[in-house]
Amino acid sequence: MSVWPEERVTTAEGDLDTVDMTVNVGPQHPATHGVFRMVLTVDGELVVGCEPYIGYLHRGLEKLSENADYRQAMGWWDRTDYLAGMCCEGAYTMAVERLAGIEVPERADYIRVIMMELSRINSHFMFLGAFGADVGSFGTSFVYAWRERERIYDLFEEVAGDRMFPTYFRIGGVTMDLPDNFESRCRWVLGSIKQGLEDMDGLLTGNEVFVERCRGLTPVTPEQAIAWGFTGPMLRATGVPWDIRKAEPYSVYPKLDFEIPVGVQGDVFDRFHVRLAECYQSVRIIEQCLEQMPEGRVLAPKLPKTLRINDGELYMPTEGTKGEYGVYLMAQGGTNPYRAKLRSPSFCNLSALTELVVGSYVADAIIILGSLDIVLGEVDK
Amino acid sequence: MSEFPFADPFFGLSWLDAIIRIVIVVLVMTLVVVYLTYGERKVVARFQMRLGPTRTGPIGLLQGFADAIKLLIKEDVRPRNADRWVFEFAPYLTFIPVFLVLVALPFAQDWGVRNLALGMFFVFAVLGLNIVGVLMAGLGSGNKYALLGGVRAAAQMISYEIPLVVALLAVAMVAGTLDLNAIVGMQDSRPFILIQPLAFVIFFTAMLSELHRAPFDIPVAESEIVGGYFVEYSGIRWSMFQLAEYASLWAFSIFGSAIFLGGWAFPFGEDWGWGWQLVLTLIKSLIMIMLIFWVRATLPRLRMDQLMSFCWKALIEVSFALLLVNGLFLYYDWPEPILAAVNWVGAILFLGGIYLRAARKPSTKNLVGSYKHAEVPNP
Repeated sequence: MSVWPEERVTTAEGDLDTVDMTVNVGPQHPATHGVFRMVLTVDGELVVGCEPYIGYLHRGLEKLSENADYRQAMGWWDRTDYLAGMCCEGAYTMAVERLAGIEVPERADYIRVIMMELSRINSHFMFLGAFGADVGSFGTSFVYAWRERERIYDLFEEVAGDRMFPTYFRIGGVTMDLPDNFESRCRWVLGSIKQGLEDMDGLLTGNEVFVERCRGLTPVTPEQAIAWGFTGPMLRATGVPWDIRKAEPYSVYPKLDFEIPVGVQGDVFDRFHVRLAECYQSVRIIEQCLEQMPEGRVLAPKLPKTLRINDGELYMPTEGTKGEYGVYLMAQGGTNPYRAKLRSPSFCNLSALTELVVGSYVADAIIILGSLDIVLGEVDK
Repeated sequence: MSEFPFADPFFGLSWLDAIIRIVIVVLVMTLVVVYLTYGERKVVARFQMRLGPTRTGPIGLLQGFADAIKLLIKEDVRPRNADRWVFEFAPYLTFIPVFLVLVALPFAQDWGVRNLALGMFFVFAVLGLNIVGVLMAGLGSGNKYALLGGVRAAAQMISYEIPLVVALLAVAMVAGTLDLNAIVGMQDSRPFILIQPLAFVIFFTAMLSELHRAPFDIPVAESEIVGGYFVEYSGIRWSMFQLAEYASLWAFSIFGSAIFLGGWAFPFGEDWGWGWQLVLTLIKSLIMIMLIFWVRATLPRLRMDQLMSFCWKALIEVSFALLLVNGLFLYYDWPEPILAAVNWVGAILFLGGIYLRAARKPSTKNLVGSYKHAEVPNP
């Protein structure tokens, strides 16, 4: 079923015979944001078929995790959604902690939320910049986004020692306490982020050409979105207020005051706009965390030298940057999980690609793919 | 008023004179192209909070030469399923027309390569040939991106040639001649942009499209068809496409500034001599180029059907209306200030219409407030 009105999916008629052409996009193509490949069947400029191919970045995350100590596996989970490493670490550590019944000090929880929300902003900025480039802005949006991302990464480096894959969280807390000047540094970065969001808003949202390209492109109804398994901004753009941070809260999110931006008709523009609005909410969350954060330990006392978990299984859903980032763990004694499974939001959102793309123009196919905001590390695991 | 020193034929031989002038112009043009690429990189870099080239020479001034040398010594790759002769000749057919345009351009009073009585007509005719090379590159490369790019380019350039030509014809009617030097000479007291602003708006838009510049860079769309018709070219052949692109950028800018901004004549061109005239030509063409760079750094890209409907549903109608209005004024011989006033009203209505379309769009202020916020209770 196509979301386009039927009359747009037409083939050329007339005396001349026309032949559909296949165009290969990817895995090395600037618009696929990684190593995704899709084969478009085009009738002139119109896309009549689309076949996605994934798996170029498959590293066997789940199998690796099953063969490693609970603590060792952390680094691999960082590398799933590599634009928001902290969010992935958070999901995995919280899953292990719930399974093992480990209590986390409150300060560590606040630090985690700050880091996860900074990661969310980081990932959304990557989307905003890359999406602007997809629509055709000559790298300007990209560089605007990069300024803020660089500052967030600098902050991560100061806190954790690494920028993209910090491996900062530990089962039972976080590696080390924040540096002394963290609060002032973080507030400065937040100010810069707000300015960056204003700039991005002015550059893209306020642009006639940009709005003309995105408004009304592949609107998705809430029913369709739920049937396709959309989560995160893709679902919220259709008007469904579903956010795991509110619906099944974890960590200290219940103590924080924030809103869920939702879109109106689920078109490409709404997907963009919802992500932009979410960044403002993340800034709000971080500001509250900085005020409420108590003093104290950052790592639970009396953690076992070797973490062994008896029989049990658990599914831990978290609100990742792309949607519901769920970790399923099954323990049968021993130091390794018997089964580890990632429910990756990018993969589920991407599964609707063919439905969305067929019937649009080639140029639109690119920005529809961009609006899904996939990360291939997460799709291919 | 000092005489331009090279107004008479060199050595009194017209054929030798022509060759010498063309060689001078081609050399100057190549130098200009090298520095236009450098200038674009610098200007766009500043728009994007970057520095641009800084390492080659003082403030990166030698970057263009470094690039040129690199391109010259690169391997010239021809894909196996490319059509050999079509593929190899396409770059020449792209840049020769652009250099031919230079023959007619007025750089200073009575000095170009040749002062043609039908200069404007010559420019249209020669620029139209450009498309042959682009289409050949698209069809001959044996690449689907190139094919899409070539066909897009053909559709776009043929469509936008109509408003471009009609808008300039409206100006030519007011001027009463197609001789570019004469048109420039008429503007010593006021440039034509003051009495034909609507024609300038149409010309500038269509020019962006003819040059494949943002927001009309659809045939070369970097994020969709990764370079379009020249995607398979490398080395010296690729650099010929670049040469043609920047050469036509400069040629169009001089052409546009001659017709609308008063070229070498405004202000004081006739009184202060040829040095000042060359400076005026250079400054005015750089203003046009700067505008193009600015647009490129800011605007996203239109879609093919939006591009076509903008041309066929807006630009062509407006340009024919302009032609009609100018014709009526000339027929009844009404005074120039009224013609200018009517044109200004037209230009303001046209731009205002576009602005109002943009203003209808969702407000950028109070972004979060513009959404209904779902009530999900905190447990």
